[in-house]
Amino acid sequence: MSKSHLELTGVEMAFDTPKGAFIALDNVNLKIKKGEFVSLIGHSGCGKSTVLNIVAGLLQASKGGCVLDGHEVNSPGPERAVVFQNHALMPWLTVYENVELAVQQVFRKTMSKQERRDWILHNLELVNMAHAANKRPGEISGGMAQRVGIARALAMKPSVLLMDEPFGALDALTRAHLQDSLMEIQQELNNTVIMITHDVDEAVLLSDRIIMMTNGPAATVGEDLHIDLPRPRNRVTLADDPTYVHYRQEVLKFLYEKQRKLETIKPARAGKAEQQEKREEAQAARA
Amino acid sequence: MSTLTSSPSESTSASGLRALVERLSIPNPATVGKQLLLPLIGILVFLGFWHLAAPQVNTSLGAFPGPVQVWEQGGQLWQEHSSQRDRADKFITMQEERNQRILEKDPDAEVKIRPYPGAPTFIDQIGTSLVTVLAGFVLATIIAVPLGIVFGLNRHFQAAVNPLIQVFKPVSPLAWLPLVTMVVSATYVSDDPMFEKSFLTSMITVTLCSLWPTLINTSVGVAAVNPDLLNVSRVLRLSFWTHVRKVVLPSSVPMIFTGLRVSLGIAWMVLIAAEMLAQSPGLGKFVWDEFQNGSSQSLSRIMVAVLAIGLIGFLLDRIMLLIQKKVAWNE
Repeated sequence: MSKSHLELTGVEMAFDTPKGAFIALDNVNLKIKKGEFVSLIGHSGCGKSTVLNIVAGLLQASKGGCVLDGHEVNSPGPERAVVFQNHALMPWLTVYENVELAVQQVFRKTMSKQERRDWILHNLELVNMAHAANKRPGEISGGMAQRVGIARALAMKPSVLLMDEPFGALDALTRAHLQDSLMEIQQELNNTVIMITHDVDEAVLLSDRIIMMTNGPAATVGEDLHIDLPRPRNRVTLADDPTYVHYRQEVLKFLYEKQRKLETIKPARAGKAEQQEKREEAQAARA
Repeated sequence: MSTLTSSPSESTSASGLRALVERLSIPNPATVGKQLLLPLIGILVFLGFWHLAAPQVNTSLGAFPGPVQVWEQGGQLWQEHSSQRDRADKFITMQEERNQRILEKDPDAEVKIRPYPGAPTFIDQIGTSLVTVLAGFVLATIIAVPLGIVFGLNRHFQAAVNPLIQVFKPVSPLAWLPLVTMVVSATYVSDDPMFEKSFLTSMITVTLCSLWPTLINTSVGVAAVNPDLLNVSRVLRLSFWTHVRKVVLPSSVPMIFTGLRVSLGIAWMVLIAAEMLAQSPGLGKFVWDEFQNGSSQSLSRIMVAVLAIGLIGFLLDRIMLLIQKKVAWNE
């Protein structure tokens, strides 16, 4: 396989705000190999999601760019499937129909009707959700809906799977369960995965590499940690493993010593102004 | 009822009773009371107040009718309708028999088939009004929903058109009516018209007044589609039409239906006013004619019409609600 499957070069992201340009990312460089599981970790507001959205093509970098398999990324596409934090399933479609929408779109010309049907069911089985194929997202739990979101993304046969805090909205037990499922699936399919997370344990457990990002504005790659733990990994035995503990501490040190974020409690008015600023940023990001 | 503390025999009889109640599907009396009793009390109190207060109000046409007089007039109107029906049936059969006789004598003779010339009854007027309001409402929906989708999808377009919507939305039907009448008379010229001009005038007025809530709600619903779902659509590279059909439209169905229900309510109110003013057949004309008639029964008959208008408006809304429950995914 080529050395760099996915490459970000000199990425800068500036958002227009009423107070002038806001530089979210500055000179982000990243090379990712095929089949690698990469986590992006950093404090909130450090531009992790912006990096992911640039790779997804949902945002355009102001400078620099992203190249996947020799092609420049400048629009979204199913070869860079995204798993959203809040599953983003169509609430009016059943579980089956949600995956079908993706499969229909991607494989309309290359698969027969029966093949598509089998492929949808195969992906639902992969995430253990075939039993709920005819349920609507409102009728299943958040963890189950997130599984379907993953199934939908996998069903697109993406060359990169992008996950935006996929387990952030779930309770700890469901999260652990889904992390294990994701590891199994990853073992089987060997997808390239970029995952955003806030959770240090999740990052160390799942990743081959952890990209730690500095605090914004003008955030960039701070440290790049290779996780050299054998797979399959078991969360219980790893808890005592000195290498695991060491990696864990590396990340914690980066987050809480080197990039310590000073979250002072501000007076209410200043807090509101900051919220307003954030909202404006979000709006600028959408536009 | 606590079965934990009661003796075994009591608990079995109690559970047996409960099972029986469930089998006979007798709803819990407390909920029945809340659902039926309170509205019933409200209606009875209103009727009593009406009964007592009405004779105190004296008009040039006599005292204001109480519930009893209105009820009698309701029966009277129904009787008039049935007898009119009978006469119409007789007229048609007589006409057919006469035509048959003429044709027997001379097979080439031209026979005339005339509709029954009697005046439309109260029930006929209700039918006319329903047809008119539905035609106007359907036309409004056909215009408002696609337009709302376009506005909701395109912010620039919405910004351009929004002031116009805000200005036209509050215009009363009475202001539109003369303009619509003149335009219809000038443009709808045909020797064999498919529709009556008065029907078109009322219908178009209804359309003009009732399309705004659907238009505004549709555009708001379309603009408020969950951004994550829009991103899914972009990642899947859905074509514009697939995007509208599979993402935008289903997502805004609840908002569209909210708009449709408001629109239908407005359509029904506007129609009555339009019919009164345009002298086009329907309930509005019935009210106006009775008012002009000025007999001792007129007020009771108008009151019957008022109640009928209210009930029909209520039923129309209920029907929309039922359709909404069938169609919308969030119900």
